[in-house]
Amino acid sequence: MTDTVTIRVETPFQRFWSEFRESKIALVALIVLASIIVLAVLAPWITPQNPYDLAQVDVLDGKMEPGSEAFAGYTMWLGSDGAGRDLYSAILYGLRISLTVGLAAGVLALIIGTAIGLVAAYAGGRTEMLIMRAVDIQLSFPAVLIALMLVAILGRGIDKIIIALVAAQWAYYARTVRATALVESAKEYVEAARCLALSHTRIVFRHVLPNCLAPLIVIGTVQTASAIALESTLSFLGVGLRQTEPSLGVLISNGFEYMMSGRYWISFFPGVALLVTIVSINLVGDQLRDVLNPRLKR
Amino acid sequence: MSPLIEAKGLSRRFVKRLDLAGKIAARLGADIHEEVVHAVDTVDLSVMPGEVVGLVGESGCGKSTLGRMIAGILPPTEGTVLLDGQDIAKLSGPERRDAALAIQMIFQDPFASLNPRMRVEQIVGEAPLVHGLTDRAGLSDYVDDIMTKVGLDPSMKRRYPHQFSGGQRQRIGIARALAVRPRFLVCDEAIAALDVSIQAQVLNLFMDLREEFNLTYLFISHDLSVVEHIADRIVIMYLGRVVESAPTEALFADPQHPYTQALLAEVPRLDQRNRAFTPISGEIPSPLSPPPGCHFHPRCPHVLDSCKTTAPNLVQRQDGWDIRCHLHPGG
Amino acid sequence: MTVLSVEGLKTHFFTRAGVVRAVDGVDFALERGGIMGLVGESGSGKSVTGFSILGLVDPPGRVAGGKIVFHGEDLAQASEARMQALRGARIAMIFQDPMMTLNPVLRIDTQMMEAIQAHEAVSRTEAWTRARDGLAQVGIPSAEQRLRAYPHQLSGGMRQRVAIAIAFLNNPDLLIADEPTTALDVTIQAQIVHVAQTLCRERGTALIWITHDLAVVAGLADRIAVMYAGRIVEAGATDEIIDRPRHPYTVGLLGSVPSANKRGERLTQIPGMTPNMLALPDGCAFRERCPRATEACTNEPPDAADADAHAVRCFHPHGTEVTA
Repeated sequence: MTDTVTIRVETPFQRFWSEFRESKIALVALIVLASIIVLAVLAPWITPQNPYDLAQVDVLDGKMEPGSEAFAGYTMWLGSDGAGRDLYSAILYGLRISLTVGLAAGVLALIIGTAIGLVAAYAGGRTEMLIMRAVDIQLSFPAVLIALMLVAILGRGIDKIIIALVAAQWAYYARTVRATALVESAKEYVEAARCLALSHTRIVFRHVLPNCLAPLIVIGTVQTASAIALESTLSFLGVGLRQTEPSLGVLISNGFEYMMSGRYWISFFPGVALLVTIVSINLVGDQLRDVLNPRLKR
Repeated sequence: MSPLIEAKGLSRRFVKRLDLAGKIAARLGADIHEEVVHAVDTVDLSVMPGEVVGLVGESGCGKSTLGRMIAGILPPTEGTVLLDGQDIAKLSGPERRDAALAIQMIFQDPFASLNPRMRVEQIVGEAPLVHGLTDRAGLSDYVDDIMTKVGLDPSMKRRYPHQFSGGQRQRIGIARALAVRPRFLVCDEAIAALDVSIQAQVLNLFMDLREEFNLTYLFISHDLSVVEHIADRIVIMYLGRVVESAPTEALFADPQHPYTQALLAEVPRLDQRNRAFTPISGEIPSPLSPPPGCHFHPRCPHVLDSCKTTAPNLVQRQDGWDIRCHLHPGG
Repeated sequence: MTVLSVEGLKTHFFTRAGVVRAVDGVDFALERGGIMGLVGESGSGKSVTGFSILGLVDPPGRVAGGKIVFHGEDLAQASEARMQALRGARIAMIFQDPMMTLNPVLRIDTQMMEAIQAHEAVSRTEAWTRARDGLAQVGIPSAEQRLRAYPHQLSGGMRQRVAIAIAFLNNPDLLIADEPTTALDVTIQAQIVHVAQTLCRERGTALIWITHDLAVVAGLADRIAVMYAGRIVEAGATDEIIDRPRHPYTVGLLGSVPSANKRGERLTQIPGMTPNMLALPDGCAFRERCPRATEACTNEPPDAADADAHAVRCFHPHGTEVTA
């Protein structure tokens, strides 16, 4: 009666990881992304200059080419910007801000959007209809437009940007979660849970929600990349973060005026950093989507 | 002896209402209207304690919907379900919960009926813990005990459903139901999705458990040979209505209703070689637009004029035989 | 006249977790107009055998050995272009889920005419007429209206009939039916079997009916082959297999059918589980579940046919003594 083949207990995570590893591109992207995060976290220790400590910045260092030497004696491998900030340091510090804002906005939007989506799926009827119409209206506006409107009202600053980004993005999560929750709620294991007289709360949070995570994770990854891009757009347009909280977008914006005069590096390198970050997040998200998609399961 | 479970006048309609756009279109004269499916149409069913009732029918007959209403998963549009003579819908609080736990369901799909993110010990042990049938300290032994009874190795309880075969998953589903000490099990095509050799194992398990735990079953199946083997009484449904109901051996020996006769004649049997299949003609009608009068009349070889206009009533004869057919008006 | 001769067919799947020998040495032959039932449970390799004949095995699987001789031509060596010319014309297949054959966004007439015109240069009108006649032959009433319908407007049984009609459009020599009635109701199943049986007899088309239901093939097939874990373990005339089964698996399978047991009593069951194709035991794959297994069974069992061409792959088939 008992099976003769011993299989070790394989958690869903272990199975997921071995499938994720199959794509070399995604693995590389994951490594790149992890490196970027590590570099950003370690920024104060691995950069020769804190570009936002005015005492360390010397305007005489400004607009120097990549590879030149700063007055303080270190090499500015990526050049310096108009105010004399070493671009390499500025990029790493900027990454910190970009990543923080993107991640915070992504996580908050996920929590809020998921809660709303779950309520819509479980409540049904009029509540669901009202919520989904709100989602539809929200999604028919371009995200940039919503963010711009909110920033115009709320003003500039990290916290306000995060609010604007969350407002622009919660709807994606809500729509996805509602759809997945509806599908899962119709499955027989949820019927079994109802048959066992378990409470609604328990069913939603212990049975339905864990099975909605797959598409959520995929969307979360892609939306975080989108949040980073959105914040950069706002900052580039001059309505996002302030000079005192310079993300990559602010750096690109600052350097734009120099593009035509041959000092390309001031915008270019932050732009490359932004590009690499977003692309690697998207590649990881792509593989996540393939791995977590139940229809592609072999 | 009074019945353990009684369904009285149970009906379930599924209505596809028009949304705003549809309503506007209908106002403007478009040919669309609400669609109503009479999935189950005024069904009476009683199950005695310790009995196995086989519920048989083809697609669209409503047997799964009826099973779900009895199990309490789907609310009926009309009618009541009585447990020990008490209307379940009128109970509340702990009595309601006890009634709900007394009736459990085993599902058809061994893949979709288990939560893929829960370990077996959680799947089986969650409800007993929540409802106080055991406490945290005794949970592990409780789960081991149930797993052994359904033929599973307790050392595998930390595993996830995807690591088990179809037959084993079905056993996990049975363990989950047994863990709350039910008195009545609704088995909805519980072995249909399994391989033939595994079906025999699980069917034997059902029979053993019936003895050991004094269970009563409503065994829903489209497979007549399985139902013939395990059921004491058989109820045949067609498009939402009960058309015939009788003790098993008597029904198989001499079916009365033309649909039952056709059903029994069509079942392939091992002892029929080189058959010329002379099937019954016609398709199973869609439940959206069932034929008027007796639902079966377009396919019935003995159709009378009255069958096309008037729906026959269910006649309950003395010998425990119920039949709904103009050819057997009863009295 | 032999239409199909499969010799030593092996189809293996090279997966992440190991090599799955889904079909591991299968031999059978089919005469013109002959009907063979290929019976087995999940993992037996019966469906993969059907797909292999048509060259429909996708990576990570492929035909790893053996010959598929169709009218003298080895299909295992044929090019994809040659296979495309054969599929739908000389060899046809119908599947368990008729939606696998029918494109949900195309009308029935479009699909049927496409199937005809892909293999023959005929006019649209003629193709349409043949399509309509094809539907009528499978017993679909009001064929002309049905032609204009989309698949979702038809019931499961109807769709399967359309699938059969498409299969017969070009008068194939061989039809492979992969569990076509498993998902259908009993009364509809009888109709489908009847249609397939009638058409095959009328046109002399050879038929391989793949199923797990022995009762269906008992009434339909001339010969039955029973598969287990990628091999044919018993094959012979229908009467021989059903009335005088010799392989312990066949005996167990026939015994576990409820109608073979006394009402209300425990069914004879085959112990254990369906085989794990990634970890098959040495020698006979069935030995761990077999009541007649001995030490000898750790070796490859021989394939022996008796006088009635009733072949059994077993050391201790029923009808012989079990000696260690």
